[in-house]
Amino acid sequence: MSSPGLISTRPRTMRLLAIFGFALAAIAFFSTAPAAHADEVGLEDNPFRVSGNVQFNGDPLEDVKLTVEGGGYKAEVETDAEGQWRVGVPEKAEYKVTLDESTLPDGVAVVEGSNEQTVEVGPGGRVTTNFFIGKGERNVTPFIDQLVERLVSGLNFGLMLGLAAVGLSLVFGTTGLSNFAHAEMVTFGAVIAWFFSAALGLPLWLGITLALVLSGVFGFLMDAGIWRPLRKRGLGTVQLMIVSIGLSLALRYVFQFFIGGGTRQLPGSNSPEIQLFGSVSLTVIDLVSMGISIVVIAALAFFLLFTRIGKATRAISDNPSLAAASGINVDRVVRIVWILATALAGLAGVLYAYYRPGLKWDMGAQILLLVFAAVTLGGLGTAFGALVGAIIVGILVEISSLWIPADLKYVGALVVLILILLFRPQGILGRRERIG
Amino acid sequence: MDWGQILSNSASFIIAPATIAYALAAVGLSVQFGYAGLLNMGIAGFMALGAYGYAISSITFGLPWYLCIVVAIAASVVYALILGIPTLRLRGDYLAIVTIAGAEVLRLLFLTSSFDQYTGSADGLTGYQGSFRDSNPFPRGSYGFGPWTMNENQAWVTVIGLVLLAIAVTIVFLLMRSPWGRVLKGIREDEDAVRALGKNVFAFKMQALVLGGIFGALGGVIYALPSSVNPGSYVTSLTFFVYTALLLGGAATIFGPVLGSVVFWVLQTFLGNVLPALAGIGILPVSSSQASTLRFILVGVALMLIVIFRPQGILGNKKELTFVK
Amino acid sequence: MSSDSTPVPAPAAPPVPHAPRPKSTGLHKGEAVPGVAKVDPIIIADGVRRTFGGLTAVDVDHVEIPRNAITALIGPNGAGKTTLFNLLTGFDKPDAGSWSFDGKSLSGVPAYKVARMGQVRTFQLTKALGLLTVLENMKLGAKGQSGEHFFQGLIPGIWRKQEKSIEAKAHDLLRKFKLDAKQADFAASLSGGQRKLLEMARALMSDPVLVMLDEPMAGVNPALTQSLLDHILDLKDEGMTVLFVEHDMHMVRHIADWVIVMAEGKVVAEGPPLEVMQNPAVIDAYLGAHQEIDLGEITGRYHAEEKN
Ligand SMILES: Nc1ncnc2c1ncn2[C@@H]1O[C@H](COP(=O)(O)OP(=O)(O)OP(=O)(O)O)[C@@H](O)[C@H]1O
Ligand SMILES: [Mg+2]
Repeated sequence: MSSPGLISTRPRTMRLLAIFGFALAAIAFFSTAPAAHADEVGLEDNPFRVSGNVQFNGDPLEDVKLTVEGGGYKAEVETDAEGQWRVGVPEKAEYKVTLDESTLPDGVAVVEGSNEQTVEVGPGGRVTTNFFIGKGERNVTPFIDQLVERLVSGLNFGLMLGLAAVGLSLVFGTTGLSNFAHAEMVTFGAVIAWFFSAALGLPLWLGITLALVLSGVFGFLMDAGIWRPLRKRGLGTVQLMIVSIGLSLALRYVFQFFIGGGTRQLPGSNSPEIQLFGSVSLTVIDLVSMGISIVVIAALAFFLLFTRIGKATRAISDNPSLAAASGINVDRVVRIVWILATALAGLAGVLYAYYRPGLKWDMGAQILLLVFAAVTLGGLGTAFGALVGAIIVGILVEISSLWIPADLKYVGALVVLILILLFRPQGILGRRERIG
Repeated sequence: MDWGQILSNSASFIIAPATIAYALAAVGLSVQFGYAGLLNMGIAGFMALGAYGYAISSITFGLPWYLCIVVAIAASVVYALILGIPTLRLRGDYLAIVTIAGAEVLRLLFLTSSFDQYTGSADGLTGYQGSFRDSNPFPRGSYGFGPWTMNENQAWVTVIGLVLLAIAVTIVFLLMRSPWGRVLKGIREDEDAVRALGKNVFAFKMQALVLGGIFGALGGVIYALPSSVNPGSYVTSLTFFVYTALLLGGAATIFGPVLGSVVFWVLQTFLGNVLPALAGIGILPVSSSQASTLRFILVGVALMLIVIFRPQGILGNKKELTFVK
Repeated sequence: MSSDSTPVPAPAAPPVPHAPRPKSTGLHKGEAVPGVAKVDPIIIADGVRRTFGGLTAVDVDHVEIPRNAITALIGPNGAGKTTLFNLLTGFDKPDAGSWSFDGKSLSGVPAYKVARMGQVRTFQLTKALGLLTVLENMKLGAKGQSGEHFFQGLIPGIWRKQEKSIEAKAHDLLRKFKLDAKQADFAASLSGGQRKLLEMARALMSDPVLVMLDEPMAGVNPALTQSLLDHILDLKDEGMTVLFVEHDMHMVRHIADWVIVMAEGKVVAEGPPLEVMQNPAVIDAYLGAHQEIDLGEITGRYHAEEKN
């Protein structure tokens, strides 16, 4: 395997260095800024002041060019040996500060936000602005806070994955189909919610409700129009799986056809943050999203455990022919499972659109593998296993980005998937099949 | 609307490098999926290894082109072994998920900025053709005729691609008539039965995975040789497209993968030209970017229809259909 | 080795159908209790246990299979016969236990190696390789084919001669099993009973030492059953050992030299067929009290119909 050790060790040390570096930088900045000999432009002529500090991993970056611009005034400045700069400005107003990235050393760039920042000189007449420079992300928060933040956000992500994974797993359990088009069910939910609430301007709650209902209807239609006839034709599982791949491709590009290649936002996607403790904060959306996931999952568990149809669903996953022989109407249960699975996927899509944030024609495909990983981890076809698997995958993805570069965070989850299969091919909660 | 141009563009894809690359990858898949029943959903990963293996050994290590190809092959062999050891004991659908995950892991590793100096991260790699073009025996000039007119570099890529493809097809042809191929087909039907007859099923599957992986990597090399390597090419859709080409031609046939790739690319090019043109003159009431999206929708629909109505493909014998229930 | 169990040299003329062939006797040492030692065992299993969740499918303390004899493994549905087959042939891994074949320990040996050592099995649910022809199915059974090596397979010259002899052997066996007319057909087109025959014939292609048949007669028509029984008896004459699972007591009585009875995973009785079938425990657990009586008399329908 692309050994996890290999991926994590080097970036981990880099990462820790970066954390300490930024912490030091922050301390150094606040203690030395007033006394420093910043490269100063126009301070005598102007009453007010914009200043800042450019550092990478705690090392000041010298000779970085910046431009301060606003209200017809423009000044250029370069950082000094401490990485600091100050510019005098004529008015208490908004100024645009632009960092000339070509003057940064090679392999270093402005991360988080762009190289342009807008600052407002407020009542105090002074403002500082910093650019976050590096290979990784800004890391000024203490490790434990980060860990908690990642855990919470991983739980959020995991619950959302769980909604999609349970549906995939139920469908697999009852029909034997590894449904690749499940990803497009996720996208579908988000797209429909966007269409009603953003494009048509209906209230958000209505848009989301409509998205869930239409997702369910879509599931019903797919079962009736494609999957049931194909089951009756006696297609094998591999054949069905490839059909689902074709369907997935087709739907994906249908979405692109209608909403184009860009990212679109659902209403209210930049909600206020709530400080929990330390530097840990959550947005209102995160909280609501987790709440919804938990309620829905609890309802689903109730359904599977205590209702007749739910029990029948589990019986079919257990042993389809036996279930059919004992008088369960398999077709009807499968139909309900499809409706449920697609509605859940649609909900996952809406939540994912807030989590990312934004919706895109291939957003479902981006998490499909994680959903599969969750289902496989839990053991193909066991609904609760899929949930457990999803939460593990969600937390794993988020936590791992503490040590490995953010653009590799899915790699960790996928490698774990492969390793789990190596040691426990039947998944965490699954069973082995009989031979002979 | 210039029909001549559209037809000529489409026809040119009968022997374009992309077509040959798909054909090589599809031949590899036919060994793995068509004959051995291994649901490798990560052929894109093998192609990526081929392309990056070639490009990195050329740019970073300055190897001559034939050694770059050797490196590409070696990389795919190692990858097949690493992937195969845990997964070849798994049931078909697990194998599919693991191979697709493996391919994504590779893609993300090529994409990440952590290894930017070797992989070029999101920008990919260019400028690795030097040694290949230096060895070009064709003098400067124009070769071929009609739609198949190419310059000396294109001609050289095409010739090497066709030679590799011919070798691959011959190997598959010989193997599938041999007792080795018989065991492989037996494994596709029921591996426990074959195991009960004393065959080391794992070893056969591994050989099939490695052989198919090598062809996939060679496909990746040919895919990359004309211009550049871009991590965005090696997404799961690439795997699905190669599957479409394979199933179109016939998964368990010798020439099916080749024919399928030709049909796939000619049709893709044709639709990619015609649909925007139709939109341009207002016959299709859509924008031209929507029109070019249409053809991918059609690929998906085509894949579904083939699998449902003609699972043995164009060249397959109805009785020889390859899907194991 | 018991004098009675030495292989009978193959008679010059083909055996006369229905001619009674002598049973091997004197296979065991001492009293015929479960787990009794055999004079010349080919398989010795100790403490083999396999559980599925809470269910103990197999829990065999000690069992020995006599060499060059025909042993029947009987027992109620779910007794663990197939599971024991799976364990002995390496298709499944036990929770505990060890066993040996021909004096070589087989614990942890993978299924294909077990087969190569000469212990070949068939499956209860037949595994005909549907999209291979009947002849290809047969050829697949042959051992030690040079053409099955990757690089040698590429060069037909290397394996063609061997292929010819394998084909000749396959033809012989197919004729014996009355499948020669079907040899060019896909195995998928065979009937259920024909697939059983094909699977057995295919297993014989490898010249096994021990043949393990899981319900070979299920679904085979009565006329063919008779000739199949003769084939199985022939196997013994050719020096092979046969272990088979079967629910048809007539067949068991007819050809088995030794019977092992399993129930709920354990060996509950063993001995020569006639003695075992008198064993009250076996009658209780498996055969039922009315084994000699026609089913019609038990249910009462037979008489009712007679009277009408
Ligand atoms: N893979 C498995 N998972 C769970 N239970 C199993 C598995 N394989 C077998 N069993 C259980 O083990 C027990 C023994 O099964 P086995 O197939 O060995 O019975 P058998 O003696 O061959 O029966 P039959 O005469 O009906 O063929 C049964 O109760 C069966 O349900
Ligand atoms: Mg059985």
